[in-house]
Amino acid sequence: MGNLMERLRRIPLAWQIGLLALAILLPLPLNDYYRAVLWRTGIYAILGLSLNIIVGYAGLFQLGHAAFYALGAYTSALLNLHFHIPLVLTWPVSILVAALFGYLISRPILHLRGDYLCIVTIAFGEVVRLALVNNIFGITGGANGLSGIDQTVLFGLTLRTPLHHYYLVLFFLVLTLFAVRRLENSRLGRAWMYVREDETAAEAMGIDTTWAKLLAFVLGSGWAGLAGALYVARIPVVSPDLARFIESVVMFCIVVLGGTGSIPGVFVGTLGMITLPEIFRFLKTWRDAWMGVAMVAMMIARPEGLWPSRRIRMEIRGEEEEAPPVPKPPVGIPQAPLDDLEESDPGESDLSGEVEELYTEEAYLRELLGESGQEGSEESTP
Amino acid sequence: MQQLLQQLINGITIGSFYALVALGYTMVYGVLKLINFAHGDLFMWGAYIGLTGLSLLATLLGGGGPVSIFPVAVIVMVTIALIGVLIERIAYRPLRSAGRLAPVISALGAAFILESLARNIYGASWKTYPTGLVPAGRVALLGGVRISIMQVLVLAVSFLLMALLYLFVYRTRIGTAMRAVSLDHEVSRLMGIDVDRIIATVFLIGPGLGGLAGMIVALYYGSFDFTLGWIFGLKAFISAILGGIGNIPGAMLGGMILGIIETLGAGYVSPQWKDVIAYVILILILIFRPTGLLGERVAEKL
Repeated sequence: MGNLMERLRRIPLAWQIGLLALAILLPLPLNDYYRAVLWRTGIYAILGLSLNIIVGYAGLFQLGHAAFYALGAYTSALLNLHFHIPLVLTWPVSILVAALFGYLISRPILHLRGDYLCIVTIAFGEVVRLALVNNIFGITGGANGLSGIDQTVLFGLTLRTPLHHYYLVLFFLVLTLFAVRRLENSRLGRAWMYVREDETAAEAMGIDTTWAKLLAFVLGSGWAGLAGALYVARIPVVSPDLARFIESVVMFCIVVLGGTGSIPGVFVGTLGMITLPEIFRFLKTWRDAWMGVAMVAMMIARPEGLWPSRRIRMEIRGEEEEAPPVPKPPVGIPQAPLDDLEESDPGESDLSGEVEELYTEEAYLRELLGESGQEGSEESTP
Repeated sequence: MQQLLQQLINGITIGSFYALVALGYTMVYGVLKLINFAHGDLFMWGAYIGLTGLSLLATLLGGGGPVSIFPVAVIVMVTIALIGVLIERIAYRPLRSAGRLAPVISALGAAFILESLARNIYGASWKTYPTGLVPAGRVALLGGVRISIMQVLVLAVSFLLMALLYLFVYRTRIGTAMRAVSLDHEVSRLMGIDVDRIIATVFLIGPGLGGLAGMIVALYYGSFDFTLGWIFGLKAFISAILGGIGNIPGAMLGGMILGIIETLGAGYVSPQWKDVIAYVILILILIFRPTGLLGERVAEKL
């Protein structure tokens, strides 16, 4: 089982192209309803990937993510309504505003741990929602929200049908995927995982933990803002409902059910939380209960998630490393030669288990510190 | 001045609700270091079961009247306490050694199940309690301040329950064992304490009180819907944090303070922003004094 998952995880380039082709062709035979479902799936996959940076990589409990989604949507809507800026041009502003709020909100609470952080983020999310409901500064339109937003015009083409919007979201989803993969294997990504595993040790190794956590919040929040702007691109009405707590929980579940810190896991989670309830409408009234049962059952039976990242699975299951963790090859990116680790290729080595263990530990530390040849491979573009 | 005193009385009444619910959060946090997200929804179920009980009694006995409150209250406490123990058995016990994320998610899941069940069984509309169960009169106090008979009863019951709980936790053997378990599971076990049984007891008492509080709140306000649990639960949790989570007198104090601040905020600032005031208090406490007012325990790594 483990080996199979391992092989699946290192999806070769051909598979990636195949999946992309499938994603492009999939909506063509479907009707507009299912195309809209796919669009929604894409939006939530982007949200899941953005929250995965905060919850999965950095291990910070963020249960108010929907607030940033709403902030991005409102930014885009307000700029368009008041200044008649084309929606496309508001997208970068949405990202910046959401990221700025991410910075302002997370800065004072980064020292909190575990469930305390989780409850503060819930409170922040609710404050944002109530501020929108109470028509703060008289611009958010109160409980009814804002309407009358323009249609999206992209390079002279007006996006009208769900299919257009699906492709727009797909483009940004692929962009997001590319970005988070690079991020995961970057020096910063490794720092996040170190912070997640053991903050004290990370600090002792010279990682600026506050900075790392702050960046996770800022990047994750900003990207959620983009998802909000993409929502407005298709739905010309925004309301404070976007920031409801249940939305934050859905996003949180997307990350956790699939497996925290795992990119394929986010897609599995989105499928379970968004796509299936949309397709099987009868699940809708019972969606919360089904969500609840899934959450409890998952935690008892498979706390690492349905498609977990390798390291988390080992941590939870207490499994031994099956193979030495030679710096994870950035999937899909041709690997630059690792000058100093190259000769000890684990496949050919006849090291005894003990030595191997020492080796892996050292390699792991180097990897985290960014001293290994890995550093070089990041700069080189494929 | 008269208005201020009137607001204070209202604030203390609401505060006593928060305190009763906060006790459940704080006791569970004390022994398990877990935020029992399902607690707010157990509280809401108390209101629903109370409604069912009262209407059943009314149809069976015809009329019912004020006396019917008492047996229904007992039924509510017992039912909710049993549901609480059940949730602990199914959703929390298997995860006791599973790390920090899993129990929190499981608790959120349990909360969603309870809320969704309530919505699907009782419907999403507002429910009203039968009126006339408690005499509607008001009693004049010093300086023209008036307090309703309902408020007198609510305060009397809440303070009685809190006093009983305090005596139970600080004066009995089981209470002592409870405090020992909240300090250290392993050492408690070595001292011959049945840790599982103590935790189950906590899940009997906390939800029992919370369920009763749900019924009292519904009686007090007259109507409610399924979102009651989430709003009240979060406020009660804020109370528990305010007083110092894990600390039983702290939960009572925190509830009172939050109730008063909120009522004064609604009266003198703006009623729309009263929830925001509560959340901002929570955020400020967690940033500047995570141990709360009476808490000694440092915010630890869960």
